[in-house]
Amino acid sequence: MDKVNFHFEIDGDNFTSAGEASVRIKKLLREMGFNPEVIRRVSVAMYEGEINMVIHANGGTADVDVYVDRIEITLADCGPGISNIELAMQEGYSTAPDNIRSLGFGAGMGLPNMKRYTDDMRIESEVGKGTTVYMTVNV
Amino acid sequence: MKIQQIAELLDAKILCGADRLDGIVKSACGCDMMSDVLAFVKDQAVLLTGLCNPQVVRTAEMMDMKCIVFVRGKMPPESVVALADDSGIVVMATDERMYVACGKLYANGLAGGGTES
Repeated sequence: MDKVNFHFEIDGDNFTSAGEASVRIKKLLREMGFNPEVIRRVSVAMYEGEINMVIHANGGTADVDVYVDRIEITLADCGPGISNIELAMQEGYSTAPDNIRSLGFGAGMGLPNMKRYTDDMRIESEVGKGTTVYMTVNV
Repeated sequence: MKIQQIAELLDAKILCGADRLDGIVKSACGCDMMSDVLAFVKDQAVLLTGLCNPQVVRTAEMMDMKCIVFVRGKMPPESVVALADDSGIVVMATDERMYVACGKLYANGLAGGGTES
């Protein structure tokens, strides 16, 4: 068995349900017997990504590929894209609207948190086309 | 600190998880910005917040937190309490404001949860 894939459609219209896929992944990885710290890193990184897709990109897809030695998370959307990735990676920089801040997000910590909790993170983005984020957590 | 003691110190009403008050928490975080919680909290912590949406519960679950205290007399919707109950998280509500609630817990020996991972 090379890998196990879990695929999720992220609903962009519903902030209330944002994060359900990450909760599901956390439970699945727990059932698979992974170390709690690895599980937390994967689920937090994915959760921030899910929230980002709902806030900025009207949803998208999340794929989690579980290998023996690593877990890869791929988040893809067809949103507006990120014009300046370096700026977006700075803690405190956010383009989220004020109503999102009143919901507890939009503090400019999402992408930095995703980087903080993963061993590798790569962003491919084209303005007007969408964004794909690749993250890896080593087991 | 036992979760039971948190409830007593804050004169808080238990909304779910009354059978889990023997649980121990080792640190606390008072915050309304969930990404800050996700950035800085260690496990076995209690989250104090004035925010009442489902993302509070999901954030707590992501960080393996055992207890959520809603401050300033905020009462979360039943759906939020049910979500927490499903996740095994104790939920309580206190009339204390954030600053005072955090101060009471800190003064009684509960450390901050602000160690960066």
